[in-house]
Amino acid sequence: MNWSWDVIIDYFPRLLDGVWVTLELVFLSGLFGLLLAVPLALMRASPNRWLRILPFGYIFFFRGTPLLVQIFLIYYGSSQFDAVRESALWPILKEPYWCAIIAFTLNTAAYSAELIRGAIQAIPKGELEAADAFGMSKALKIRRIVLPRAFGIVLPAYGNELILMLKSSSLASTITLLDITGAARTIIARTYTPLEIFFAAGMLYLVISAIMIGGFRLLERRLNRHQHYRGPDEVAKVDPRLAE
Amino acid sequence: MTETKTALELIDIHKSFGSLEVLKGVSLSAGDGEVISILGSSGSGKSTLLRCINLLERPSQGKIRVSGEELEMKADKNGDLRAVNARQLERMRSRIGFVFQNFNLWPHKSIVENIIEAPTQVLGLPKDKAYARAEALLDRVGLLEKRDAYPANLSGGQQQRIAIARALAMEPQVLLFDEPTSALDPELVNEVLAVMRSLAEEGRTMLIVTHEMRFAREVSSQVVFLHQGQIEESGPPEDVFDRPKSQRVRDFMASHA
Repeated sequence: MNWSWDVIIDYFPRLLDGVWVTLELVFLSGLFGLLLAVPLALMRASPNRWLRILPFGYIFFFRGTPLLVQIFLIYYGSSQFDAVRESALWPILKEPYWCAIIAFTLNTAAYSAELIRGAIQAIPKGELEAADAFGMSKALKIRRIVLPRAFGIVLPAYGNELILMLKSSSLASTITLLDITGAARTIIARTYTPLEIFFAAGMLYLVISAIMIGGFRLLERRLNRHQHYRGPDEVAKVDPRLAE
Repeated sequence: MTETKTALELIDIHKSFGSLEVLKGVSLSAGDGEVISILGSSGSGKSTLLRCINLLERPSQGKIRVSGEELEMKADKNGDLRAVNARQLERMRSRIGFVFQNFNLWPHKSIVENIIEAPTQVLGLPKDKAYARAEALLDRVGLLEKRDAYPANLSGGQQQRIAIARALAMEPQVLLFDEPTSALDPELVNEVLAVMRSLAEEGRTMLIVTHEMRFAREVSSQVVFLHQGQIEESGPPEDVFDRPKSQRVRDFMASHA
């Protein structure tokens, strides 16, 4: 075997450019996806039957078809329609970058909506009754009680979803984007060193995952501090030696 | 008692769950400062009655008045009543304090945040005033040192005292207690009853669903005995406890002596 560290070092700056593209894809579609997922989740958890049914078809489609197919449908499919090519959206839809972000956003929103719906439904009913009993309006209850509680509950599962999305983002390379995987493929086409470059690309994904896992752990400790908090006197009750 | 203003009035409350009729026309009126205990065996509809007052449970029929203001309700397609005007319901709910059997504190908020939540968000009380009010109430229920703890760190009795403080922070006109000590270990019951007794002594209007017979007898101005969704007997505690007219009440008292 002919392993060359030099090729990794030489092309590392190009891979790092790819890291930025990957991070942008994950961050932007994660953000847009979450903004879309929250109202969808509230609809899915609503007592109103029509509100519940409305997002079902969308969620069913995006959870039931491969992400790669969704990317191709948006990137290759949308240009087939004259209406799209002539519309104000065309400058966006002709860019592979934005097509990838739209596909990722719609995909992650469908998954996250179901995660958040589950979290909303896991909130003990009594806590919501307490909000009602104090005269909170529906909107106030959602803002002050339902969503903060649901975010605390959903966090571990949502961290998982974001890491899955980080890895799925490599599919963006199939529509010419130079994310980590895309950059790796172009480098390999020139250097014929797939082992070294894919190894380096894999390591970069691993580092990003590790940072994301750590970030979510911190966030969880902060959002769910009510589950971990121990005042000095509580600690003393458990074991007096710990309070010293 | 006839001279006092009516704080709460229930007129002919019915409630059915499907074909099961849980409340069969209950009327009840509480004057200002009155303490009414609602007794009865389980399944008699006492919790349902209490929950109908602020529409946590939707009655099938009846009228509800708080300080003379009647809650406007109309029947929906399932035959249950719902508030015509959400604003009015919210306003009336904010004037009725409710203490749950399972406390129902918000676990993601600290103790003091639990108490200021509704006063600041629903009544629009400025934060500094809400904090001052919360601290005074925490002091009153003897838990000021738990100000920044979270509900999960407190015992059941402590959580229920906080829940009472949280209800008081709204300065409600009526306080409803739904079996407030039933989820507590026996040794924690008294600390909650002590707080409730002091509230009764300062002339709060209270409706209490309870199984604590001795307590009901000591603090109530009126006792209502519910049986199979109807008022079997009501009156001053000495009458209902010592000279019950109904055989059903006599049996109940005998088994709870």
